[in-house]
Amino acid sequence: MSVKQIVVISGKGGTGKTVITASFAALAENKVMADCDVDAADLHLLLDPRIEERHDFKSGVTAVIHKDKCTQCGLCRTLCRFDAIGDDLTIDPVSCEGCAFCSFACPSKAIEMKENTAGEWFSSQTRFGPMIHAKLGIAQENSGKLVSLVRKKAKEKAEHIGADWVIIDGSPGIGCPVIASLSGVDCALVVTEPTLSGLHDASRVIDMARHFQIPVFLVVNKYDLNIEMTGKIEEYCRKEKVPFIGKIGFDKTVVEAMVRGKTVIEYSDGEITQRMEDIWSRLQKEVSYGKG
Amino acid sequence: MIISIASGKGGTGKTTVATNLALSVPHARILDCDVEEPNAHIFLKPEIKEKVPVFIPVPKIDKERCNGCGRCKEVCVYNALAVLKNDVLVFSELCHGCGACAYFCPQKAITEVNKEIGVIETGNSRTSWGGDLEFIHGKLNIGQAMSPPLIRAVKKYIDPAGVNIIDAPPGTSCPVIESVKGSDFCILVTEPTPFGLNDLILAVEVLRKLTIPFGVVINRSDLGDRKTDDYCRKENIAVLMRIPFEKEIAAAYSRGMTIVEVLPHYRERFQAMFEMIRDGKKK
Repeated sequence: MSVKQIVVISGKGGTGKTVITASFAALAENKVMADCDVDAADLHLLLDPRIEERHDFKSGVTAVIHKDKCTQCGLCRTLCRFDAIGDDLTIDPVSCEGCAFCSFACPSKAIEMKENTAGEWFSSQTRFGPMIHAKLGIAQENSGKLVSLVRKKAKEKAEHIGADWVIIDGSPGIGCPVIASLSGVDCALVVTEPTLSGLHDASRVIDMARHFQIPVFLVVNKYDLNIEMTGKIEEYCRKEKVPFIGKIGFDKTVVEAMVRGKTVIEYSDGEITQRMEDIWSRLQKEVSYGKG
Repeated sequence: MIISIASGKGGTGKTTVATNLALSVPHARILDCDVEEPNAHIFLKPEIKEKVPVFIPVPKIDKERCNGCGRCKEVCVYNALAVLKNDVLVFSELCHGCGACAYFCPQKAITEVNKEIGVIETGNSRTSWGGDLEFIHGKLNIGQAMSPPLIRAVKKYIDPAGVNIIDAPPGTSCPVIESVKGSDFCILVTEPTPFGLNDLILAVEVLRKLTIPFGVVINRSDLGDRKTDDYCRKENIAVLMRIPFEKEIAAAYSRGMTIVEVLPHYRERFQAMFEMIRDGKKK
């Protein structure tokens, strides 16, 4: 079969995406893991990757004014829409969007656009197989492009070794990195928690996934912290025809396992491991049958 | 004064700290800059008085005037324009709205038209002791990738004379930087777990690069391990407040209620934290 790609997303942060993704790493056979939460990556803390290849991620440009050529005409400052050029005609690299408008317009050709090293990406091995991950540079932009790069490399790796799955840890929100982590996947698993915020954010990320025609499934994590709210989320799923494929109880062993750098599957034989297995096997069936 | 609340890792309690702080400081205003997933309204239940759509300018090609010279494509670093034989295609979702294409078009064939990316809602929240809290949030339209222009628009509502509390999105990339930029102080909310610490360190690096003073709030402070405390001590980072895991807080949160509503003595703790930040700034 061709490689199937699954992304784990949530809308709201801190609902348990990475813990669940890491469990899938322990449960799924013949897969490549990809951490697409590039600006706050955590999956490596549980999978302990041994980096085999390390590459710079070059992306975007930042304006630099050469003072010796500058005639202080101020045109650049007038044209810049990102307030990146100060009264003294110096560039604030954090505000600069790299649009190069100033550089094209400067009558004395005093503005150069310099390429940024916006981060690094890694090809690694873990005790569960290959993993592609990345680190966005401090206060760097273009996280969406870095996510796309991690996705591309993970898929190439999977095709190269004949893997069946690419399992992707996504980032919170609904903006550019999330869209990049979701485009073209076979399905998205939305992980939420039984709170009003959890439901609110899950419904926005589900609308977003559907906007891009991606099949979605939903899991409630720590469901027993508010049974009534879990009921409301199930009701929402029925109404919106989102397959509700499992609920996981609050379990102290999640943090204990995390402190030891283990997945819950390795750390616990309890209820939570059983639930994770059920969810993975259900997801596997849905994706395999759903697409023939 | 501008105090922003950020975190690195999501779900550590940014919105909890932001809303409770805003409710504990007299005459504050809260600006929810987590425009992808705004949540402060769930807890503050503001009466929304005004809704303002936010636009970015994107190019529109006048086919009568365009001669297909391709200058617009040359100056667009975002690849938002494709020049075909007798036509120019605009991919507005890639456009950052810089305006270079319209400026350089020799035929004056490009005008800029507004594309809606989200909406700003403003209003008031009544606090349980009768005061009023000014409420502002941005909501990104579903399917839009670029939140920074909307965050910039929300920040136009900052009151330079008052106390402004900014609820930032999680992470460390552009939306976070756009939200915290210009703050007098940033509160980083974390939890004492390996994930929380890993992402706290990333957030600290960002704030140091932006030279914004900051301190840490440790939420669910009795879970996890001691490494977050050790890190803060070693790095000389002030721990402003510890919020232990309490069933009452978690239960209130799940129903959309703030800590100060269910445990009113927390109001003094949040006030004390505010005073510590304010007085620290005066020195």
